[in-house]
Amino acid sequence: MIYRENGQFKTTYAADQQIFTIAQDKVFVLGVIAFAFIGIPLLADEYMFRAILIPFLILSLAALGVNLLVGYCGQITLGAGAFMAIGAYAAYNFMIRIDGMPLIFGLLLGGLASAGMGILFGIPSLRVRGLYLAVATLAAQFFCDWAFLRLGWFTNYSSSGSVSISNLSVFGWGIDSPLEKYLFCLCFIVVFAFVAKNLTRASIGRQWMAIRDMDVAAEVIGIRPMWAKLSAFAVSSFFVGVAGALWGFVHLGSWEPAAFSVDRSFQLLFMVIIGGMGSILGSFFGAAFIVVLPIFLNQVLPALGHLFGIEISTAGISHAELIIFGSLIVFFLIVEPHGLARLWSIAKEKLRLWPFPH
Amino acid sequence: MKFRSLALAAAIASVGLSAAVVSPAAYAQAKEQYFPVIVYRTGAYAANGAPWANGYVDYLKLVNAKGGINGVKVSFEECETGYATDRGVECYERLKGKGATVFQPLSTGITFALTEKAPIDKIPVITAGYGRSESQNGAVFTWNFPLLGTYWVGADVAIQHIAKQAGGLDKLKGKKIALVYHDSPYGKEPIPALQERAKMHGFDLQLLPVAHPGVEQKATWLQIRRDRPDNVLLWGWGVMNSTALKEAQATGYPREKMLGIWWAGAEPDVKDVGAGAKGYSALTLQHGAEPNSKVVKDMLAMVHAKGQGTGPKDEVGSVLYMRGLISAMLGVEGVRKAQERYGKKVMTGEQVRWGLENLNLDQKMLDDMGFAGVMRPVQTSCTDHLGSSWVRVHTWDGAKWNFTSDWYQADQKVLRPMAMLASGKYAEEKKITPRTPEQCKQ
Repeated sequence: MIYRENGQFKTTYAADQQIFTIAQDKVFVLGVIAFAFIGIPLLADEYMFRAILIPFLILSLAALGVNLLVGYCGQITLGAGAFMAIGAYAAYNFMIRIDGMPLIFGLLLGGLASAGMGILFGIPSLRVRGLYLAVATLAAQFFCDWAFLRLGWFTNYSSSGSVSISNLSVFGWGIDSPLEKYLFCLCFIVVFAFVAKNLTRASIGRQWMAIRDMDVAAEVIGIRPMWAKLSAFAVSSFFVGVAGALWGFVHLGSWEPAAFSVDRSFQLLFMVIIGGMGSILGSFFGAAFIVVLPIFLNQVLPALGHLFGIEISTAGISHAELIIFGSLIVFFLIVEPHGLARLWSIAKEKLRLWPFPH
Repeated sequence: MKFRSLALAAAIASVGLSAAVVSPAAYAQAKEQYFPVIVYRTGAYAANGAPWANGYVDYLKLVNAKGGINGVKVSFEECETGYATDRGVECYERLKGKGATVFQPLSTGITFALTEKAPIDKIPVITAGYGRSESQNGAVFTWNFPLLGTYWVGADVAIQHIAKQAGGLDKLKGKKIALVYHDSPYGKEPIPALQERAKMHGFDLQLLPVAHPGVEQKATWLQIRRDRPDNVLLWGWGVMNSTALKEAQATGYPREKMLGIWWAGAEPDVKDVGAGAKGYSALTLQHGAEPNSKVVKDMLAMVHAKGQGTGPKDEVGSVLYMRGLISAMLGVEGVRKAQERYGKKVMTGEQVRWGLENLNLDQKMLDDMGFAGVMRPVQTSCTDHLGSSWVRVHTWDGAKWNFTSDWYQADQKVLRPMAMLASGKYAEEKKITPRTPEQCKQ
């Protein structure tokens, strides 16, 4: 009833090529962004910002990057954690080695360094595909773990191998409070999400999707696989690298290579699979599912036990959390193998017909 | 279709539930001294994390059973991290808002993360026997308290012990000492102190990292078999320790020549190996297994006998249990000291920090609390957050740990300048102005 495009006529090409062709969609997205910028700062407390919203935003950005590569270009990667690490350590080195380096510039340079390494580790994708490629990208993971643990230069010869950064500021605006950190991350994610959305609608994104769907056919119609695949690796690594730099700088403040271990790579890949491959929105759903749900379960289970007068031990809660989390993943994959984003689009289609379905 | 509506219903129900459950969870606890307990009872390091957590919680229960801290009751809440730094940070954020007294993360990674956050939230962080070694300089690390010694203290005493066995520090010249360490900030901490000692005495230090979680050590021990170092220092945690001992047994490296840090010197580390670990020694930062101490007897009588004990009864008094117990005791004593100045009520984190900084537990007080023979005195000051650097060595006889050395004390002439240098570098990086003696008096 409310959600339908009847009467919205497109009279120009520009109108036809907009990101959100339906006016309600546009209003909804603008509403969500406005809520994120104005509503959430009024509602959320410090715990929400620091423990849930900031990690959620940063990992969404990383998942977005992985989705560009896995979901749009069809190249499976298990090296996302490594590219996060490269972004974080590169940005750290740019910040401490160059005096007066502006923060945003440093973060973007971290992303660029990660993009460069992404191209390098993307080269095997020109020859191998599918699971073999996943194994090849795993090399990036082990290489980075090794490099950041062993080569002292990257950690500025810190004796413990842990690096830290503080006193972040942009144009003299100190990013100290959780609210400021949240807004800082939010600005990044909004800009990057729009960039990603537009990339996937543009010729480059269409090339990626053509390669994903059938690379031989894509080559026949004149798409260069090398260019398409390596550009996907570069753009994806750039996104993931910036996310890694934000993760280190804004969320952790002090980190060691274990923060970007192979577990992180798997986590990001799961976000994309659960959220929905080849969907920008899916990256956010996936990140929310993987970041928020375990914490939510961890807090709800004891309270729930309390409600029924059962005291559950800390270890018990932790085990139950893993069991429920795992079974929910299986449940969602059975119900909707195309991810949470697909559920969302089904809901939208239903809404178009509501309240009079055929 | 049915399945799908089920999913939808589940999603809506969970959202509703969250609203209903999460809001009353944020209750105020102003009447009680609130101790957040960051633990890991699951994950790769659970075997070691659980006894520590049991000891910590049990001691808080004992304090309540004895009437609280000067009449102020203690409340506590556990939060599980699984030894993951990001979950540890989440726990910290969750618990700090409830009036947290002091945090004790029992993980070097989480300690590093909290070091950045504690000054902003004004909550002290006690790292009893671990953490950042340079944080003993309280002028820079205002909120960190590596009480009872750091890894540098451990490393320093390890060399002293080896030298004593060899017949003097001058006998170390030309010796080969290998460090088998967990490849993380935890394992890397002792390296600067060992290198400093290596320079002083002319022994050869060999660094052999082992990747987390430490079940794969074949290559490391092959190298040891080839090079035959005179001594091996073991800086492991959890499953890495028992693996190392089994590998040593397989390689034929004498266990008598192996010396572990306290993280590698508890029952879970050697129990699996049993007789194979016989002769293996470990440093204890003060206490070892203390089943006969008065505090343990009190614990059994006042907490476990009433069925309020946290863990299994036969674990009470084991090495890691005692570590948890003593960690909790230090936090509680910090509160008690703060009460002397600020009145007998619930203390804030800032007040507890003052208490910890002016801690003065002499032998008589320790004996009264039931720590006779367990601990030596601890006295902190504004610039010295270490409080004590006494160490003993205990050895596994195949069934239990026995003390086999006298008390050692780390050489502060060596460590203090290193700590000053490292903390100075940290202060410069973070643009912290170290506190002056005048500021200390406040």
